[in-house]
Amino acid sequence: MKQTLAQKLVARAAGKSSVKPGEIVTCKVDLAMMHDSGGPRRVKPMLERLGAKVWDPSKVVVITDHYLPAYDEESRRIIHIARHWAASAGVQNLYDGQGICHVVLPERGHLRPGMFVVGGDSHSPTGGAFAAYMFGVGATEMLGVLVTGEIWLKVPHTIVMDFSGELSSGVSAKDMMLFLIGRFGLDGGQYQAVEYRGAAIRKLAMQERMTLCNMTAELGGQTGLISSDQVTEAFLKTRIETWESDRDAPVLAHHRFNATELAPQVAAPHSPANTKPVGEFKDVKPTLAYIGACTGAKLEDLRMAAVVLKGRKAKMRLLVAPASLRDQETAEKEGTLKILLDAGAELLPNACGICAGYGEHLLPENMVAISSTARNFKGRMGAASSQVYLGSPYTVAASAVAGRICDPREFLQ
Amino acid sequence: MKAWVFGDDIDTDVLAPGRYMKLGIEEISKHCLESVLPGFASSVRKDDVVVAGRNFGCGSSREQAPAALKELGVSALLAESFAGLFYRNSLNLGLPALVCGGARRIRSGDQLRIDYDKGEIENLTTGETLPFEPIPAHLMEMVRDGGLLPHLEKRLKCRTTS
Repeated sequence: MKQTLAQKLVARAAGKSSVKPGEIVTCKVDLAMMHDSGGPRRVKPMLERLGAKVWDPSKVVVITDHYLPAYDEESRRIIHIARHWAASAGVQNLYDGQGICHVVLPERGHLRPGMFVVGGDSHSPTGGAFAAYMFGVGATEMLGVLVTGEIWLKVPHTIVMDFSGELSSGVSAKDMMLFLIGRFGLDGGQYQAVEYRGAAIRKLAMQERMTLCNMTAELGGQTGLISSDQVTEAFLKTRIETWESDRDAPVLAHHRFNATELAPQVAAPHSPANTKPVGEFKDVKPTLAYIGACTGAKLEDLRMAAVVLKGRKAKMRLLVAPASLRDQETAEKEGTLKILLDAGAELLPNACGICAGYGEHLLPENMVAISSTARNFKGRMGAASSQVYLGSPYTVAASAVAGRICDPREFLQ
Repeated sequence: MKAWVFGDDIDTDVLAPGRYMKLGIEEISKHCLESVLPGFASSVRKDDVVVAGRNFGCGSSREQAPAALKELGVSALLAESFAGLFYRNSLNLGLPALVCGGARRIRSGDQLRIDYDKGEIENLTTGETLPFEPIPAHLMEMVRDGGLLPHLEKRLKCRTTS
């Protein structure tokens, strides 16, 4: 039987030679990732109530990213629980203050093609960029995994998003996702597996692929997947197995697009599905530009912003929160960070920050912002009256320089 | 059971806003849905039902989204469809999430009765009966136990006694 990549990954975890979409299976979990918000502070009391221990501490990774830097009594307490619990549960993989979980996890070599991984966060499909089946779960479901090492799954259908050609200069994976979410809606993924294929995907850098899979959350897929290749191998710096769909494996839908024709996209408040080409928003004048989050502040994202900002000055407040400490250090070494700072950027900590509505820089009443993050739901990043427009790091940088929402290609001639 | 009707794509940020996430569920629940329906938390009563259109609960994995509704006494959720992660979270908390193709026919304030055995929602205000899709069989026992935590507790106890 011809199998999709999703079916192969689920079948392996379920200990079966093949699985059918719609079938309910129990999968063995290779790795469970938690952050400070949905992780230890929630699962610790439940584990205590059950008198249960973690099934395999070597398969658990704890990453602090939501309540850092701790700014009040509650956030200090939450971070303390994360650190203390990891130590007491025998979890050695604790990354404290190293950046956002979805970026830190592969950066520190925890993901390999073929794995079956759960993450205690909705952007966990990011790991699918490495041809691993990774998806988000809530705290109680994570408790179940921690106690049993297993989780049930309805074998997903696969929806293929096939991009031929090659993205033009100033257009990025973020634009592909905003376009797809605008086209298919927040439930377009139908909680199935969304697989990204085609020549344009093969040409994407690893962290750009991560952006595609990351925003599969906003597209409503359970996971986003990309088959492994030499780009995956080069990023992971180790020999990997090739995991890919069988040729002609049946899929639920196969959508074809030409990446070459894609223009930068912007999503208007208050939904990532409110998407139009950037040119439709040229009269919008934000007062804040934000480059942050697992979606929009990885090394590749910072590089995109730098391409636009080089030798230019931002006309509005520009905040940059690099997604991981390691990415920030690389950006510093190669000069990318200096370009951003010279353009007037203020550097924020390597954490989820404003994107998740945490921390001290929340958007005030009525503020209009352009952001490289994933979600602009009402009140997510601050006051319910604030207006958040979503765009690529190129578009956010170009808008910061222009003083209005701006097509980055105007700066890249 | 009074119906409270909402639209499509009700997201987890309006159900459990991030800025309150550091607090306990009692505090978070006071802000549940306030940005789309001010006063909801103080007006909703025990056993009331929240009804929505497509993709209810989209967004974050935060379990506080269904937990806030449960905390306020909401006894069931009806929607044309649910975001998958939210759906799992609701059932894991023992809060029934029922897929009902005719959810849009219900108006705010309608009195409802849910018959879990028949898989039907009776609208006492309009006299209409709407079918809902049964909760998958492999999850029904967990929902009956009150969610995954009490379900695991029961299983672990059985293991120790047997």
